[in-house]
Amino acid sequence: MSELLKVPTMAEFMAQGKQPEVLFWVGCAGSFDDRAKKITKAFVKLLNKANVEFAVLGTEESCTGDPAKRAGNEFLFQMQAVTNIEVLNAYEVKKIVTACPHCFNTIKNEYPELGGNYEVMHHTQFLKTLLEEGRLTIEGGKFKGKRITFHDPCYLGRANNVYEAPRELIQKLEAELVEMKNCRRNGLCCGAGGAQMFKEPEQGDKDVNVERTEQALDVKPEIIAAGCPFCNTMMTDGVKAKEKESDVEVMDIAELIANAQDL
Amino acid sequence: MEYLPNIIFAIILIIGIGYFAKNVKKLIRNIKLGQDVDVSDNKSQRWRNMAMIALGQSKMVRRPIAGFLHVVVYVGFIIINIEVLEIIIDGLFGTHRIGLKVLPESVYGFLIGAFEILAVLVFVSVTIFWIRRNIIKLARFWKSEMTSWPKNDGNFILYFEMVLMTLFLIMNATDVHFQALNSGNVVSQFISPWFSELQETTLHGIERGAWWLHIIGIFIFLNYLYFSKHLHILLAFPNTFYGKLQPKGQLNNLEAVTNEVKMMMDPDADPYAVTEDDGEAPAKFGASDVQDLSWVQLLNAYTCTECGRCTSECPANQTGKKLSPRKIMMDTRDRLEEVGKNIDANKGEFIDDEKQLLDTYITREELWACTSCNACTEACPVSIDPLSIILDMRRYLVMEQSAAPVELNNMMTNIENNGAPWPYNQMDRLNWKNE
Repeated sequence: MSELLKVPTMAEFMAQGKQPEVLFWVGCAGSFDDRAKKITKAFVKLLNKANVEFAVLGTEESCTGDPAKRAGNEFLFQMQAVTNIEVLNAYEVKKIVTACPHCFNTIKNEYPELGGNYEVMHHTQFLKTLLEEGRLTIEGGKFKGKRITFHDPCYLGRANNVYEAPRELIQKLEAELVEMKNCRRNGLCCGAGGAQMFKEPEQGDKDVNVERTEQALDVKPEIIAAGCPFCNTMMTDGVKAKEKESDVEVMDIAELIANAQDL
Repeated sequence: MEYLPNIIFAIILIIGIGYFAKNVKKLIRNIKLGQDVDVSDNKSQRWRNMAMIALGQSKMVRRPIAGFLHVVVYVGFIIINIEVLEIIIDGLFGTHRIGLKVLPESVYGFLIGAFEILAVLVFVSVTIFWIRRNIIKLARFWKSEMTSWPKNDGNFILYFEMVLMTLFLIMNATDVHFQALNSGNVVSQFISPWFSELQETTLHGIERGAWWLHIIGIFIFLNYLYFSKHLHILLAFPNTFYGKLQPKGQLNNLEAVTNEVKMMMDPDADPYAVTEDDGEAPAKFGASDVQDLSWVQLLNAYTCTECGRCTSECPANQTGKKLSPRKIMMDTRDRLEEVGKNIDANKGEFIDDEKQLLDTYITREELWACTSCNACTEACPVSIDPLSIILDMRRYLVMEQSAAPVELNNMMTNIENNGAPWPYNQMDRLNWKNE
């Protein structure tokens, strides 16, 4: 399968004197985390299927600086930001799509002041556009009629008011979308934001991801859909902690759509 | 002697408003201890926010029960205060119900009738609030930061309103002349029979007593505001006006850092250049005390009415961590008050008291428990931003003290060295393609 993936880099486009339609910002999790790499590949398969001329930065990509900024290291954040902006501007990038809401938020909201102005889309928004333009079709396949609940990533939902694009995609799978007690603007965090992903939680009586997973399990889903690689990790860990991994799967929306078509 | 009540009233009025004005001046002085921040942009959006969120209570009603009751008290409070205008004129000029002389009887009756109905609605709502706090004991009113003063403060406000509404109705019920008119006494006509046994002079005495206590109570309440969480009835308006307009996920970029980063990245910069000494201390990164915060963040602290919606939505707090966004705001206000008193006691100058917001009030454990999920800012009915204070204090810990938790230091070292929060080589970034 993997040899079928077409993943051109910006450098390759540049060498041919061409501009891609969109830059796919893979992000650190999407590049290195074993679970998140599957999301990256699923999204690339969809881009290939829809004949989207996209490119990645590849080895020229670097952390957006989100976790450093949220940890309080503004200096490191801005160093990362300015370096990335230099690369992006050198390639004259206009449009960016990413499967990570943290990269999405940082590039969209925090880069412009530092000289990086791009149209930034979350991959669910981008897939929805492809669908509307008729470049991509979505079929339910094995997900038809399945109970799916969507966990709102904080940095997509509350942070940027994107609530409907991921839900519309799930509904296109002809799946049964069920909402948790806390959803949309009241969505409960998975526990990974604000650089928590990289440290042990403070003393408490429960882990946030377990609390959130319990909310998800309360609505008896077959699949917990996520739109963020970090939420995905946290929810997967939560499902394991509740010993439900044989009943409930945690999947990214890009994976749902790609798997439904056996891509 | 004839004018004695007028004089006494004038004195009470001057003291009541004068003391309040003095505290408002102090309040503004304290808020201005914060760093300057430019919030002059987007005026029309700011007015809209104030109209919707403060005046229109749009975020209050997201919790329907508390929201509905709050709207009743809020509308009642504002409308009944029209009556205060009449009371002040009567008090100063020795008139009695001047409204009856300037307005047609039917209009006056309509107004007072509306006030009486609202007074009952306010009384009932406030009683339900009291029950929610003290009998049902809603969790958010019993969190650990709700120590004795915050709890008492909440209850005092409710008692005040109960007493003021009662006095207003008694004042009307014992006003023989007003009851005889039988216009506007929609509620008080049912209270008036309770006093029917009494002689007319006693009745008059009660009416005067209720009148005086009512207006004195209002002045006491006005002056109580500065010391209480109830300050929100005034500050909710500027606070929603100056509230954050950017997407919630957008955290501010520190300008002082931008300047340094730009210099570092500039290939033409001369590392040996002698920088001009402008006599200013180098900018401090982040916040360890209230003076390092912006004045909007300090205004936030005075605006907080300790309702606890932020804390009840906070994922860290829900899972038993020490962090409570409400406590962040309460601590900021308490420390700011302490700094203000220090300045007052030292002839306008702040003398180091070996205390600061960080550690003395807010612990590091609280700060590091935040997931920056914005549940608190979404929940706040008056646009307070506890997350911005948490971030500024983390900035101080990391950039001034290098005091991040060790795992976060590892994460940051990784980003610095190989452009990812994990120890992977940047040259391996595209390996997934072939795996």
